[in-house]
Amino acid sequence: MAVVTVSLVSARFLVEVIVLSSVYSALLTAIFVSLDALDVAMTEAAVGVGVTTTLFLATLKLVGNSADSFKKVSYTSLLLSLGVAFLLVIGIAGLPPFGEVDTPIHQHLSSYFLENTLSETGVINTVTAILASYRGFDTMGEVVVIFTAGVGVLCLLKREECDK
Amino acid sequence: MTNNREVIIKVVCQKLIPLILLFALYVQFHGDFGPGGGFQAGAIFSAGFILYSLIFGFDKFVSTISPRLLELISVTGVLLYIGVGFLCMMLGGEFLNYSVLGDTQIAGQHLGILLVELGVFLTVFSVLLLIFYCFVSR
Repeated sequence: MAVVTVSLVSARFLVEVIVLSSVYSALLTAIFVSLDALDVAMTEAAVGVGVTTTLFLATLKLVGNSADSFKKVSYTSLLLSLGVAFLLVIGIAGLPPFGEVDTPIHQHLSSYFLENTLSETGVINTVTAILASYRGFDTMGEVVVIFTAGVGVLCLLKREECDK
Repeated sequence: MTNNREVIIKVVCQKLIPLILLFALYVQFHGDFGPGGGFQAGAIFSAGFILYSLIFGFDKFVSTISPRLLELISVTGVLLYIGVGFLCMMLGGEFLNYSVLGDTQIAGQHLGILLVELGVFLTVFSVLLLIFYCFVSR
């Protein structure tokens, strides 16, 4: 993954960048699978590897394949991003160990969901039950956001088509 | 030369696309028991259609499923989700409390989750395809 990231940054053509970010998504999918987050892995595989790559390629057809404006590296921004990365690494050191059972996040709601989901909803997959039932209002917001995104793209791209 | 190369892709994808769509529906309706749900199924389903468009041409894609239909489906999905919420209210529960939909709490929750996930699926699938359509048709 580090190799892909480095070659992503140093890529000279946009096609290269798109293909490499697709590869990056595929590797990320593998990480999600190894973390047992199959729901996220499925979405990443379909959207990150497939749909987004296609959309980027379609956009590339419209805008052309050169990345001249990114050739110069500004030292201020390099220093700034290295600083942020450093702070993030320090932050990781403060996190509880990976997979620990008695971390704060597992103390309040998680145990309630794990114990009561089956008897209250009859759904075996706790993730689905939480998404669709306990946090139904939240998911409704997500659906509306996706719908709004679609409407936004339609408004932007379709109106120009009519104007021509 | 080009035709020969396309033949392999076309034949393979012809067999593969129905399986992708079937797998998406499996992820959709098996979401109660295994990983998956509306979002994942919608993404996989639209990826299948986009693959079809890439292999067999954009015109065939448009004639298979028109953008007008996709607009209708995306609205249907959102309205289905919100409609289930209001149905719960009309039947005497809170907004999106599915327990009142069935005879027992579990039956109600099952029906509610199924309908709501269907709404999510319809919206995700159609909006992804709409965005794809918008970009490629230009």
